[in-house]
Amino acid sequence: MSDTEILAALGEIVQEATGIPADRVVPAASFTNDLDIDSLSMVEIATMAEDRFNVSIPDAELSKLKTVADVVDFLSKAGVAA
Amino acid sequence: MNGPAAVRHSRIIGMAEQRPELLMTNHELPPNLDTSDEWIQQRTGIVSRRIAGPDETVVSMSSDAARKAVADAGVDPAQVGLVILATCSMPQPIPGGAAQVATALGATRAGAFDLNAACAGFCYALSVASDAVRLGSVEYAVAIGAEKISHWLDWNDRSSAILFGDGAGAVVVGPSDEPGISPVVYGSDGSAAGLIDMTPDDRLRLDGPAVFRWATTSLAPVALSVCEAAGVKPDELDALVLHQANLRIINSLARQIGASNAVIATDVVDAGNTSAASVPLALARLRREGAITTGDLALTLSFGSGLTWAGSVVSVP
Repeated sequence: MSDTEILAALGEIVQEATGIPADRVVPAASFTNDLDIDSLSMVEIATMAEDRFNVSIPDAELSKLKTVADVVDFLSKAGVAA
Repeated sequence: MNGPAAVRHSRIIGMAEQRPELLMTNHELPPNLDTSDEWIQQRTGIVSRRIAGPDETVVSMSSDAARKAVADAGVDPAQVGLVILATCSMPQPIPGGAAQVATALGATRAGAFDLNAACAGFCYALSVASDAVRLGSVEYAVAIGAEKISHWLDWNDRSSAILFGDGAGAVVVGPSDEPGISPVVYGSDGSAAGLIDMTPDDRLRLDGPAVFRWATTSLAPVALSVCEAAGVKPDELDALVLHQANLRIINSLARQIGASNAVIATDVVDAGNTSAASVPLALARLRREGAITTGDLALTLSFGSGLTWAGSVVSVP
């Protein structure tokens, strides 16, 4: 998957988990400061992303993912497929 | 050697709540916690909790709940053969509380013991009480979930202090012509013992996001296996009485279980997480408020530190 495709899929996940419109899920956005997403919603996003991308995002990794770009980068490096 | 005298069915025949006098809203939490009503409600759904006063102990709250449950069942306390107190918040390891509860109740010939499976304790106690009645070991058993968890909280720790509340719930189990308590489904995972534990200075602590992930990803399949063991389809359930840890966990599990006709217990909103007391408090409250009635089927599922979990389907008395 290209980073653009990962970003689009992540936007859908964030919208489903939190109701935040997918078009606000841009690379520079901070989950906490810009999107006002709390730690429990981050867990929900992570578990949905694990199912969607068939990848593992452990709690220790999750706590390091501060921005949308961080997540896209993590998934891209994990080599996720469509 | 004789085997058990009888193998028969069991059911809950009475139940009751005992809630502490003091109601503490989010606004009334100690200011040093540096939190807000909005922050707490968004993450937990909790608006208030009950905090036990100096005269409200695990034993006194349990005794009050047990007395009311025995009266609700219409049973003579002297006929109670077993008192099981599920708790993890006694002020000391010994003596346990169950014997004092039995004495206060007037259950003069009862055996009594405490059971610690943390927040999961009540469903364990209920299953042991049920089996004791089913095998004819006793005629009536009282299963109690009770906590004075406030005693063990770190009132400087925002991640734990806001979550918990005190209280006691009790049920009486007796023999039945029809099945009234399904086979129990037990489970545990000691590899995650550190998710909810005690600090070196004996204060409760938990890793909230990790517990949230575990609860929202691992427990819906457990709930479905409880239904399967009971021979009850999710859409045949009249109530979901899940451990009242956090409203977001409850709503997530309810969505995954898909019990479309069930009322969902949400005692956590104004009682907080009452640990082992949460399932019997929530179950008794649903009946008191008229949301469920005699013969309705309720899925009970409790889970907590250990990690431990247990669940069964029960018929409402």
